[in-house]
Amino acid sequence: MDYLSKLEQQSIYIMREAFNKFENMAMLWSIGKDSTVLLWLARKAFFGHVPFPLVHVDTTYKIPSMIEYRDRLCAEWKLELVVGKNEEVLKSGITFPNGKATRVECCGTLKKDGLKAVLEKHNFTGVIVGVRRDEEPTRAKERYFSPRDKNMEWNVEDQPPELWDQFKTDFEKGTHIRIHPLLHWTELNVWEYIERENIPIIPLYFANADGMRYRSLGCAPCTGAIKSNAKNVREIIEELRHTKTPERAGRAQDKESEDAFEKLRRDGYM
Amino acid sequence: MNQIPTEQLKIVIVGHVDHGKSTFVGRLFHDTGSLPEGKLEQLQRIAERRGVPFEWANLMDALQSERDQNITIDTAQIWFSTKKRQYVIIDAPGHKEFLKNMVTGAANAEAALLLIDANEGVQEQSRRHGYLLNLLGIKQIAVLVNKMDLKGYSQETYQEIEAEYRKFLKSVGVEPMQFIPIAAKHGDNIAEKSANMPWWDGPTVIEMLDRFQVGAAPSHQSLRMPIQDVYRFDERRILAGRVESGAIKVGDRLVFAPSGKTSTVKTIERWNSPSKDSASAGESIGITLSEQIFVERGAIAALESDPPFELTRFKARVFWLGRAPFKKGKSYRLKLTTQEVECEIEQIDRVIDSSTLETLSRKDEKEIFVGRNEVAELTIRTKRPVAFDIHSEIVATGRFVIVDGLEVSGGGIVAFDRYPKRSADGSHRSDNLYWSHGKVTAEHRARRNGHPARIIWLTGLSGAGKSTIATELERELFNMGKQAYVLDGDNIRHGLCSDLAFTAQDRKENIRRVGELAKLFVDAGIICITAFISPYRADRDLVREMAPDGQFMEVFVNAPLEVCEQRDVKGLYAKARAQEVKEFTGISAPYEAPEKPELELRTDQLTIAESVAKILEFLHLQDEETEISI
Repeated sequence: MDYLSKLEQQSIYIMREAFNKFENMAMLWSIGKDSTVLLWLARKAFFGHVPFPLVHVDTTYKIPSMIEYRDRLCAEWKLELVVGKNEEVLKSGITFPNGKATRVECCGTLKKDGLKAVLEKHNFTGVIVGVRRDEEPTRAKERYFSPRDKNMEWNVEDQPPELWDQFKTDFEKGTHIRIHPLLHWTELNVWEYIERENIPIIPLYFANADGMRYRSLGCAPCTGAIKSNAKNVREIIEELRHTKTPERAGRAQDKESEDAFEKLRRDGYM
Repeated sequence: MNQIPTEQLKIVIVGHVDHGKSTFVGRLFHDTGSLPEGKLEQLQRIAERRGVPFEWANLMDALQSERDQNITIDTAQIWFSTKKRQYVIIDAPGHKEFLKNMVTGAANAEAALLLIDANEGVQEQSRRHGYLLNLLGIKQIAVLVNKMDLKGYSQETYQEIEAEYRKFLKSVGVEPMQFIPIAAKHGDNIAEKSANMPWWDGPTVIEMLDRFQVGAAPSHQSLRMPIQDVYRFDERRILAGRVESGAIKVGDRLVFAPSGKTSTVKTIERWNSPSKDSASAGESIGITLSEQIFVERGAIAALESDPPFELTRFKARVFWLGRAPFKKGKSYRLKLTTQEVECEIEQIDRVIDSSTLETLSRKDEKEIFVGRNEVAELTIRTKRPVAFDIHSEIVATGRFVIVDGLEVSGGGIVAFDRYPKRSADGSHRSDNLYWSHGKVTAEHRARRNGHPARIIWLTGLSGAGKSTIATELERELFNMGKQAYVLDGDNIRHGLCSDLAFTAQDRKENIRRVGELAKLFVDAGIICITAFISPYRADRDLVREMAPDGQFMEVFVNAPLEVCEQRDVKGLYAKARAQEVKEFTGISAPYEAPEKPELELRTDQLTIAESVAKILEFLHLQDEETEISI
């Protein structure tokens, strides 16, 4: 079995475990490449079906074409979509783009608290998330099944052992488990798989006429494009095979302080 | 353009705390050109500014987490490539406190590098990690004797350490593929042969890494496909699971352990993949069956000719990570593939200090338990039969974890033993259980008694005539010289089942116990007659399943409810109508009539003598030879 198939088969196994163990489960879909690959893997795992709702936390600052792409796939693939918004904070206007919050505070309220509200409202106890270990250092410590406490906090100092594909599936009421089926993939693997499976990916990842492309997608005000001439999946793969720049280099909130991202993650960010 | 490495190998770096794991990984990354742009220069500048010497270990910490020291306690994974392939490096913590993280890291690896400080020699965690690697099933191990610079690159020191550690590893069944002397700090024997150790003619670390094999899925072993789930998203009923070993193809006759049900593979299901009529180890697939049978998560599909063991008891080697000790008399949950079953320790043979291999002795016999970070050899007993294999034969179905409360608290492997196997034709169900067999067989007893053993299971409403028929049948058989005995509902509930009420659950347990008891009578060669309402079909079927094939006879003692109520020998119907008796079968609790009983007796139309005669006729007992000695 080739290495992409190995990664794929492992992810399918994890998704099926999760689907069996959590009665009320959802999958986060950020519209980015990773969670779209995840969506594809769900259809593989469940023979063409996606038997749980997708949650999209909408900060209203997403790049507009992301929403169009989202709605198109939802219709084509018959997906059940739950959109979460932190209406209160959006109404109050205390956001980074308004100059009333730092980037990290803004991520905290619009994304993290927005997610928390959706989980509580729908009583989701299992949430599939497309994070990968190679993305950044705190994610390198993650488990496939990773518990979050009542306040959504991640206790990185005391994580459950995880061996032989036996996962943490028992948890106290009020807590939830994040499931990470893509944890063992690298950014390059994700693109190689997109190429192999011919998965439709939002074109923001491809270089525009000015030689710029997004390598990682987020909110418009905090996501920078990188210089690149990669106009299609193949060229992205070639580019990644030679780059030594980290993937999230374009994500401004990570750099607000030295441990910004780590703090966000401990508090329950994806 | 570079040749693209397509293979991926996961290696774990283990060893005693401070024996140089982080330094080694930092150097490995540097020497293979795997560092992010500017990282090395950045850290060198920081060190210079702070006036401290640059440490390769800082590089590793920086790759893991920028600031927080606490976070380095957990296992992290990072990637790098050689010309041959891509590596996932799993950096496992070396402190005893974080053994569960070391286990998490190592359990996911295909090969291990074990570091020993040449200056300190073999230490506690060097031994413990060596022992655990073996228990975790990692066969490819290389030992790096590090910090050779501190010992003047002495060949003698290296050889002493190699001899000592090799001896230890051998005693726990580990055969390392290679020892290499290195000085990670200076890059000696990492990517380049060391000029400081001209006496070394073995491989560098990079050469060694490339010699490790990527684990091939065990597709030539016996088929084992644990069922994860059963899907009905559309008109198909798909059994989903991963082929853990062996291969499966359309047309294969499967047995599902431990239920023993059989069927044939109709299709192999995949989505958006080339259609293929077979699948082999490592593939997460779905199957549909030709004959519809009830299968659920936990069943292990195997070829009918080659099933796993199905027992309630097995020997194991376990390691314990839980805060509370693993002890006798407490109930735990065993997870083996997708099976989950309640279990407890039946017997602890010995508890071992994995760093010294000494058997731990506790002050008091009653104090025997497996403490945190200890390993043990013991026997586990499960509440229901569990399907498994011996770990040294099939890995995936030969290992398990133990859940204490909500937490995965330990893991283990099934040790070798002479486990009895289910016979290929699926008969003799009692053989499925671990059972201490005497020298007198069922056949011997049947010949001595002059008749085979039977369970004659009378079921029907209260007042239908079960007990009357049972006692009369017993008398008749006795007079014929047959060994017979009646188990009566009321009598059993006074003793064996006095702790049970009449809820559906307790009724089920009542019947299960009676079934077990009847099975023992059958094993003793006796015709066992039972007289229980036994209102639930599933419960009766359970007993049928328990009994040896062909020896269970279900007799439906059938009289209409009105007739029974009219008889009301014990006055119970009146009480039930008055709601003085709750959950009374036929009035306030259901009775599920048998669908295919061996015999039906309409007791509103038959006399007692006629009913007994019909049973005797069905039993078709002949006088057989009774003179026998063994």
